[in-house]
Amino acid sequence: MEQIQEKEKTGIDIKDIKGILKKFHNTSESLIAILQEIQKTFNYIPQESVSETAKYLDIPLHQVYSVATFYKAFSLKPKGRNIIQVCMGTACHVRGAQQILEEIERQIGIKSGDTSEDGEFSLETVNCLGACALGPIMVVNGEYHGNMVTSKVSRLLKEYSKK
Amino acid sequence: MKTATAIKNIDELYELNKKYSQRKEKWEKSVAICAGTGCRANKAVSLISAFKEEFKKKNIEENIVLKETGCHGLCEKGPLVVIRPDNIFYQHVKPEDVIQIVDKTILSGEIIESLLYVLPEDKKQIVKEEEIPFYKWQKRLVFGQNGHIDPRSIEDYFGVDGYSALAKVLTEMTPEQVIEEIEKSGLRGRGGGGFPTGRKWRSTRNAEGDIKYVICNADEGDPGAYMDRSLLEGNPHSVIEGMIIGAYAIGANQGYVYVRNEYPLAVENLLVALEKAREYGLLGENILGTDLSFDIKISKGGGAFVCGESTALMLSIEGKVGEPRTKHIHTSESGLYERPTNLNNVETWANVPIIINRGADWYRSIGTENSKGTKIFSLVGKVVNTGLVEVPMGITLKQIIFDIGGGIPGGKKFKAVQTGGPSGGCIPSELLDMPVDFDELTRVGSMMGSGGMIVMDEDTCMVDVARYFLSFLVEESCGKCTPCRDGNYQLYQILNRITEGEGKEGDIELLEEIAETVRDASLCALGKTAPNPVLSTIRYFRDEYEKHITDKKCPAGVCKNLFNFAILEEKCTGCMLCLKRCPQDAIVGERKQPHSIIQEKCIKCGICFDVCRYDAVIKV
Repeated sequence: MEQIQEKEKTGIDIKDIKGILKKFHNTSESLIAILQEIQKTFNYIPQESVSETAKYLDIPLHQVYSVATFYKAFSLKPKGRNIIQVCMGTACHVRGAQQILEEIERQIGIKSGDTSEDGEFSLETVNCLGACALGPIMVVNGEYHGNMVTSKVSRLLKEYSKK
Repeated sequence: MKTATAIKNIDELYELNKKYSQRKEKWEKSVAICAGTGCRANKAVSLISAFKEEFKKKNIEENIVLKETGCHGLCEKGPLVVIRPDNIFYQHVKPEDVIQIVDKTILSGEIIESLLYVLPEDKKQIVKEEEIPFYKWQKRLVFGQNGHIDPRSIEDYFGVDGYSALAKVLTEMTPEQVIEEIEKSGLRGRGGGGFPTGRKWRSTRNAEGDIKYVICNADEGDPGAYMDRSLLEGNPHSVIEGMIIGAYAIGANQGYVYVRNEYPLAVENLLVALEKAREYGLLGENILGTDLSFDIKISKGGGAFVCGESTALMLSIEGKVGEPRTKHIHTSESGLYERPTNLNNVETWANVPIIINRGADWYRSIGTENSKGTKIFSLVGKVVNTGLVEVPMGITLKQIIFDIGGGIPGGKKFKAVQTGGPSGGCIPSELLDMPVDFDELTRVGSMMGSGGMIVMDEDTCMVDVARYFLSFLVEESCGKCTPCRDGNYQLYQILNRITEGEGKEGDIELLEEIAETVRDASLCALGKTAPNPVLSTIRYFRDEYEKHITDKKCPAGVCKNLFNFAILEEKCTGCMLCLKRCPQDAIVGERKQPHSIIQEKCIKCGICFDVCRYDAVIKV
């Protein structure tokens, strides 16, 4: 479970958060959709947005936190500049996805779920991207790289860290 | 408020059906390009722009129609292009092939041989889509229009008799008759449980309450299954039409589609489809000029597998944490916002218009005694033709995997097929001749699930597969009930130990004992079925477990602690490639002399195995 970090400055403008909130009905049915929009905009769920959302929907703070920590789509920590997703679906698994993941972890020096210290890479696993014909597959910033083999990993990562 | 395009009555709809089906006849040729997720990942989007540009250049946009369609199914060969009316099938098409295709095939009727499908056995080329074995043995009722229509064009859907089933229902049938028809068809839920759809509709209709809901479950969480996504992406109106018919039969005015957040294209196409349906007065107040009022909202999931479970899904729509509850009161009586709610999955809804149009008797003629109609499977893993296949219930596993799927690549041996997602089981080669339907799959210790079919060959370790599914289920367990939360964790720990070479005498029996408790005592279907991968692999592949535990060997060469890489002296040419690429400097040797691996340094990353061109690196 991620720890909720106290932060002095996140550099997030409350106005931006309010702008997002305004787009949704203020019923608790909107909660997940709001958090999705916040995650999409900031790449994570900043602390300020949690309290603002609770206020806007008139629901307890804990309800926002429980939803924000229950669903995988949300992260309470900021993400890196490049987001790597490794598909761990069954089809990719039987075609060697685990080795690909381990090679990426070894190359960047972080575990899945973490962000590298220099903020270059965040590494995530996903359950299935439904592009099983291309497995094992990894996605970097939305770009698909199919039929991966461990020997291709280092070159690919270098390309992105330069960009 | 009604828009100007809103269809005022049933006759106007039939006019539209006629108009847009005749439009097809006027086109000289049409070029259907698969723009499903699989082909997009293979750069289909730049292919489409290349076609558009070339059409403009040659000034043929008027007579030749370009169709961006949904998934055609044969993802392995993507991007796919089909030129109609001759049904010329081109595979692995790249943007640079476009000029040639336009000049030769479209304008001069010539076939480009290098883009044709090639039969693996005798290298014979096949020109027409329907003659490719992958398509030839399928029965594409639900999935059939995917390769023909543009999912963003409601007019295309009108052109294939779209919404005529709805018209039939509204003019000729009472809600009671609709339910009877669905009951009679024998349709069972395609999302996993296989519950009779008609019976579900009836209990929601009979439940007390003025406000009722219908929901489409598009939270396709099974890894390796993507038929629901492809239906929503490729033919969203068929799902919407099914839902409106369901709403009419049940007496609901509000519907929801709960869709995975990981499916952006499905959401996009569905949004467009809903918008169009509203514009034509097929959603909203007084649909087609009748008393029926119904609309549909989209609710996007947050990435939790358990939300595919009905009670969890409904809580998630309400904006809450998706933890299932016990079902002593069914959701048909008290579901979303504690109102009677009917939930069916995407494929089930898409079957409804077909049953209404062609009749329950006809539908019943397809399939087995207790499983009627067709089922879409996603055939993935170690199989030649990865893709989506729709087959009549009762077809054998062998026909699906070998006739349609083309068998196992690389001359490897078939070991097992896993069906039913993480909660399903592994079926061994001895059972390949079994017919595939709901009851048969359950009988052999697996299940239909939503239709994932993952093929495994001799290089797949069955203990590792069980461990993989358990790690998935441990991660996805919501943690509410103890048997699922702790029981599955213990199963995972034991499997982990075995795959790491720490297995002990008695582990298999302990796995069985815990698995049975988890199965009997868990709250929801996720927990109850979670032990299936463990129990079915023990049932059919006990010897593999024993080899891991007693001999400390992984026969498939998957479990890292239980095999080593080695270099075959007689095959190694001393090319130094593996030596240079080894990240640990674990490979030694001189140029043109056989290399060897220092086992103490090796981390088994497998790079040497990948890069060796002479098959000299082996697993022992």
